[in-house]
Amino acid sequence: MDLGSLVSGTINDTVRVSLPLFRVELVIAVSVVLVLLARMLPVLRWLDSGLVALGGACFATWYGWADLQTVQQTVPQAGGFREELFGGLLVFDSLTATIRLLLAAFLALYIVFTKVSGIPDREDGADFYVLVLGATLGMCLMASANHLLMVFMAVEMASVPSYALAGFLKGRKAASEAALKYAVYGAGAAGIMLYGISLLAGVLGTCHLPSMAAEMGRIVGEGKASGEIMVLSLGGLMLAVGLAFKLSAVPFHFWCPDVFEGAAAEIGAFLSVASKAAAVALAVRLVFGLGTVADGAAAGAVAAGLADVRHFMVYVVGLMAVATCTLGNLAAYGQTNMKRLLAYSTVAHAGYLMMGVAAAGALAGVDAAGAQRAVAALAFYLGTYLFMNLAAFAIVAVLRNRLRSEEIASYAGLVRTNPGIVVATTVVLVSLIGLPPLAGFVAKFLIFSSLVKAIASTAESPLMLVILIVGGINTVISLFYYLRVLKVMTFDSLPEDRVAEPAGAFSLAGGLVAALAVPVVLFGILWSGLYGFAQLAGSFAS
Amino acid sequence: MSPADALSQPALWPLSAIVFLPAIVAAVVALPVIPRAREELIRWITLATTAVVFLLSLWMAWPTLFGAPGPAQFTIGEAGMQLVVSKPWIPAFNIEYLLGVDGISMPLVVLTTFLSLLACAASWPITKHVKAYHVLFLLLETGMLGVFVSLDFFLFYVFWEVMLLPMYFLIGIWGGPRREYAAIKFFLYTLLGSVLMLLAILMLYFTSDLRMLSPEQLESAHVVSPAVEAAARADAVAAIKTAAEPIHTFNLLALAELGQLPNSPFAAAQVWGVSLEVLAFLLLLIGFVIKVPVVPVHTWLPDAHVEAPTPISMILAGVLLKLGGYGIIRICYPVCPGGGLTLAWLVCGLGVVSMVYGAFAALAQTDFKRMVAYSSVSHMGYVMLGLGVWSAVAGNEFRWDAWGQGVNGAMFQMLAHGFSSAGMFFMVGVLYDRVHHRNLNEFGGIFNRMPVYAALAVAIFFAGLGLPGLCGFIGEVLVTLSAWNYSRTLAAISAFTVILTAGYILWAIQRVYLGAEYKGPHGEALTPITRRELAIATPLVFLAILFGVAPQLLFNYVSPSVNRQVETLAEWTRQVRPDFPASPAIETVDAGVTRALAGE
Repeated sequence: MDLGSLVSGTINDTVRVSLPLFRVELVIAVSVVLVLLARMLPVLRWLDSGLVALGGACFATWYGWADLQTVQQTVPQAGGFREELFGGLLVFDSLTATIRLLLAAFLALYIVFTKVSGIPDREDGADFYVLVLGATLGMCLMASANHLLMVFMAVEMASVPSYALAGFLKGRKAASEAALKYAVYGAGAAGIMLYGISLLAGVLGTCHLPSMAAEMGRIVGEGKASGEIMVLSLGGLMLAVGLAFKLSAVPFHFWCPDVFEGAAAEIGAFLSVASKAAAVALAVRLVFGLGTVADGAAAGAVAAGLADVRHFMVYVVGLMAVATCTLGNLAAYGQTNMKRLLAYSTVAHAGYLMMGVAAAGALAGVDAAGAQRAVAALAFYLGTYLFMNLAAFAIVAVLRNRLRSEEIASYAGLVRTNPGIVVATTVVLVSLIGLPPLAGFVAKFLIFSSLVKAIASTAESPLMLVILIVGGINTVISLFYYLRVLKVMTFDSLPEDRVAEPAGAFSLAGGLVAALAVPVVLFGILWSGLYGFAQLAGSFAS
Repeated sequence: MSPADALSQPALWPLSAIVFLPAIVAAVVALPVIPRAREELIRWITLATTAVVFLLSLWMAWPTLFGAPGPAQFTIGEAGMQLVVSKPWIPAFNIEYLLGVDGISMPLVVLTTFLSLLACAASWPITKHVKAYHVLFLLLETGMLGVFVSLDFFLFYVFWEVMLLPMYFLIGIWGGPRREYAAIKFFLYTLLGSVLMLLAILMLYFTSDLRMLSPEQLESAHVVSPAVEAAARADAVAAIKTAAEPIHTFNLLALAELGQLPNSPFAAAQVWGVSLEVLAFLLLLIGFVIKVPVVPVHTWLPDAHVEAPTPISMILAGVLLKLGGYGIIRICYPVCPGGGLTLAWLVCGLGVVSMVYGAFAALAQTDFKRMVAYSSVSHMGYVMLGLGVWSAVAGNEFRWDAWGQGVNGAMFQMLAHGFSSAGMFFMVGVLYDRVHHRNLNEFGGIFNRMPVYAALAVAIFFAGLGLPGLCGFIGEVLVTLSAWNYSRTLAAISAFTVILTAGYILWAIQRVYLGAEYKGPHGEALTPITRRELAIATPLVFLAILFGVAPQLLFNYVSPSVNRQVETLAEWTRQVRPDFPASPAIETVDAGVTRALAGE
């Protein structure tokens, strides 16, 4: 093949195939440029950067929706819809489409939320929204990465704006400290991850996930070169460090409470929802990408080798999930600051999500339908978690604006003055505990059911049983600290120095909180529709 | 929904209305449309709602009460599931909106609506946050009724959990001095039980396979609606039978059919070397006995009962404890009969231990309400024993009739205890409202000060004691008689417990109602019983006497369903354990009950 045809082939592939399926990311990238332009050009000064960002996010959501429709129409055909973009760096399939839609929709909701809650102000708006849009772009790439180099780039692209966001409240010592801590931790994790990637690439000779899986299956399956296997497992563990940092999994969670406490509640909402969704999607990508190969290619030694690879990954993720969930819930118990409590709650929920990832990994290659359901459970969890946690942080922000405090103790007797907010808080926190008839219960039910499925039909059955029991116990533990917030709000008496606010019939902030809390109830009762989309996300694991 | 659905499922709207009307009214009351200050209006709206729900359930349960019976009404004497409502809910998991009642659940539904009505009337003295109280109260009612009528395990679990949060707030906000502790303890215990239940539900679900059932079983379990045309039924059956993958189900009736198959999938599946039917039975049992409650997981009950406001204590004792017993009889035994057979000693043992422990603990109390709370533990022990002897294997003879007797007795005991314990808590509440203390040693002479109240109270306490002629007697005697066939020791212990019961109740009556004069605090407040209180107490006393004299009124509902379930399980036992020397007594279950009743 001469150079000319190679170039024209690449251009053809990029323009005809890749770019049209990349349009959500392109829209976000264009919005970043527009937001910056709007500030630089005096002609466009009148444009509010938030509105520009919101327009971009809505546009991206619309494209994401259209892409999902395309996928939905093609899924029934064998193998589903799978297209490698940019020469195999990215992959477009049902998981990409669903997670991207989720992120874009979250972005739109999130920008509305920040406009209502008042952080950032108009002056800082451009900086803030550029960072948020940029991080989201990185997260979209995380969800569709098909190449370890892209994994690293995407993680960094999502992380670096987050560091700046954590320190966004300029002049606040806690925020600066949080940002520094986050950045140092992040840099360390990134370094380790890059080292792990180079180890893997060195042994396998490629960074393209499907090729890696085939090569890895061959090496492990033959089982001759024990040194290579050693290096591979080490590389895998180091890669897991980078991922665990993004997921705030134990023992790489230390940044999480400090960042959440130091940064504004708005930033906590962004990190806890979007960042988590992208990291879970990336974890699923890696577990499936490294643990399975396309149908038919795996036979004999390669299949046995891949089973070993999956076994290793499932144990790493599963044990980390157990530790993360338990520690998150126990540590949340002693918190007095609401944002810190939510930070540990986020850690605990990352644990539940990783349980689902472990179950999906265990089922992959053994029970395709079960693996699809496990991924669907994760997607459903993320979908409901979006509303639950965004609502939780919105409540914190709204109350901060009213009470000038984020301490749980300052919420005492709130039910007397703001009953609506307390009802919304009850819905959200009880949903986070996972009690019916709220969405959090359904999410947990789906995760647990994929664990039970994995107990029944996989080689990792004992581990899955342990995870299931730990998950059950954790649900009970988590009851304490979520209920404590409700207890303070309802049982405790109103502090005497608090002036009862004039109860406005309808406020914008109240409307926002209600709009976020209603889906939590709705998806707890009528969850068939949302689960349909989640199943679509799972259908990539054929 | 199409008119054809209304024809084939006549109970859709009535049954749904019974369950959801309280929740809908609660949502309306919660809106700012009704101002918080209009407390009297909120009270009347709630009372009217509970009254409507009660009348609806009565209309359903007593077909000839308002003229000719209609298709949406209960047929007394029919054993099977009636008035079944089936709508798809979450097709991806075969979760259905599946409701229905039989002789076991129908009386409990009426008991719930009746006690909710009375408890709502008893809520008039609540003056703190009236609006929130009534909203939570109505939500609680929806949860309780939903549990009794759900036939889908997922739906059952949802309703089971829906009760928790309203109860937590009702105890925690309107309770006594240690309310926060009591509320969280209640929540924690129940949630622990429910999580175990959820694990069992998931394990059963993923082991179940509808393809194993015959077309007749699929129809009787309402997997395939018997109401549609034959051709459509055949298609639906064929679709299930020819499926390539196992079809899982949450349908409780189908799970029961699967559990009773000779080649039950639950018996075959193993988890850590234990067969699933034993493990699931145990997990479910723990979930349910926490609610019953039995020793040693009863400790939430005295705290919750004592701290809860009077109407909530009535609901707790009258209905919530029954949910545990109902769960055992409806789910544990039919779905996991093997577990029930293996663990019969556990259920019976727990029953007898709670019976004796509760009675001794009640004797030791100085707090009136705490004494009544422990009496509930003791009385619910009879329910456990009665359910346990169900799978009785008596030394060398297997008596089917003893099973039926025990379960009928347990069911009757549950209903009777619903009336008597709610009555007892109300009676304590009447006194507490006046003198603001519950110390048994500071009472005395109430008979002189409040004669009408004292007479009613003594009648209710005698019903709790189990005096012949009152409702508490029938259940206890049937359970004790049936236990004789299982273990003479346990039967003897349970018979002797009656003496302890008589001890603490008579002693309490003596200390509170008898005596020359009241010397405790706030003596001036001992005013005669009000008309509202009279309107609550009289029906309870009347029913306690009525069901004591004419237990057949309840057995007409309960026995056919209970007997059929027992017979089915007896047949099942003969198949799986042919080595048991069985007396050919299957057809004499009815006769056994009648004999026991005649011999009283």
